[in-house]
Amino acid sequence: MPPALLDVADLACRRGGRKVFDRLSFSLAEGELLALVGRNGSGKTTLLRALALLVRPEAGTMRWQGNDVQAEPETWRSRLAWLGHLDGLKGDLSVRENLLVAERLRGAPEADDRLDGALVAFDLTALAARPARTLSAGQRRRAALARVAMSQAPVWLLDEPLNALDAPAQHAFRTALANHLAAGGLAIVATHANLGMPAARSLELGIAA
Amino acid sequence: MTPVLALIARDLRLVWRRPGDVAVVLAFFVVATVLFPLGIGPEPNTLSRIAAGVLWCAALFASLLSLDRLFAADYEDGTLDLLLLAPWPLELAALAKCVAHWIVTGLPLALLAPLLGVAFGLRHESLWALTASLLVGTPTLSLIGGLAAALTLGARRSGALLALLALPLCVPTLIFGAGAVETLAMGEDFTTHLLILAALALVALASTPWAMAAALRQAGE
Repeated sequence: MPPALLDVADLACRRGGRKVFDRLSFSLAEGELLALVGRNGSGKTTLLRALALLVRPEAGTMRWQGNDVQAEPETWRSRLAWLGHLDGLKGDLSVRENLLVAERLRGAPEADDRLDGALVAFDLTALAARPARTLSAGQRRRAALARVAMSQAPVWLLDEPLNALDAPAQHAFRTALANHLAAGGLAIVATHANLGMPAARSLELGIAA
Repeated sequence: MTPVLALIARDLRLVWRRPGDVAVVLAFFVVATVLFPLGIGPEPNTLSRIAAGVLWCAALFASLLSLDRLFAADYEDGTLDLLLLAPWPLELAALAKCVAHWIVTGLPLALLAPLLGVAFGLRHESLWALTASLLVGTPTLSLIGGLAAALTLGARRSGALLALLALPLCVPTLIFGAGAVETLAMGEDFTTHLLILAALALVALASTPWAMAAALRQAGE
């Protein structure tokens, strides 16, 4: 078994006075996919936000290659690609401008070929010049996934990526995710639907008392 | 392009795509200012005496008018998460947002004010003092307003709450801004007033980005 890159131990989070999960532990090695499953309100989103350091966990540690990620949050953030339940697109910017700005805000070097590749992978080439506000929900989701796919970040944190996606778009997402994993990346995906990825490990979150 | 410049450029481009948002602020400034002569009467001495105070108050209200969208728009479309997750300090992102806000409100207000000053019968050296005091003072309004916008993010009726938080903190800037114009009108040197305005701007610059970042992180939880 390859050594674990990401090691989460005894993680606990509290939201609004209620313990969402407690003593949660898992570890992920290169190329591994973890599907977070569980009922609505079971803490999938909270766990993703805790991993992204958007929510401060009450207890527990998160280590990347043995180093505590909370000690150097900016280094850890530079390894993350994030897809929340909001798409993170500016309605008045075109799809291409949205992706370009997102890359610049990550401080990534400009790379038109990566951008074009992501647009092609999610069948957005014809929509690239359209303002994001004119897109349908599924088209916006595809643009948000293209942003994740072009980031080259080793860790993908995705919250319900299949929302609003039609069958060809779901296929495009699975292909992008498989490529990411094959290149040695990790992904943690919260989902209530079946991801359709054969190698996925899954972590069931229950509602803690 | 550095991430900070990219963020400023993005916000300016968004304003450029919707010029109406800025036009409303400037129109409010003009309309609010022009109401005073109508209410007070056309007595030239009275008007030129209150001109600096009226223009400064109107500029303060106008710059608050657009602030409730400063972070709220990013909060609602999810791009605030991308800023929270960016691998560079959130303090700089908050500062960049305020810089963009100043470029599209404080700067045009300062350039528009002397035109309205003419209508109040201000002498031309007073017009120059008015523009200078607004140029040095309005960055403070953007920074303090940005802090209030970050603190009220996600609150109900955030616009009114924002004004209640920001207005008292803007009082020193208002006093020295209007004071600069009055001092010059009395034939005295207004450099001290400008230096105090600059000092207030520097205090805001040195303190508000940290407070804004903390408030934004809180809102992101």
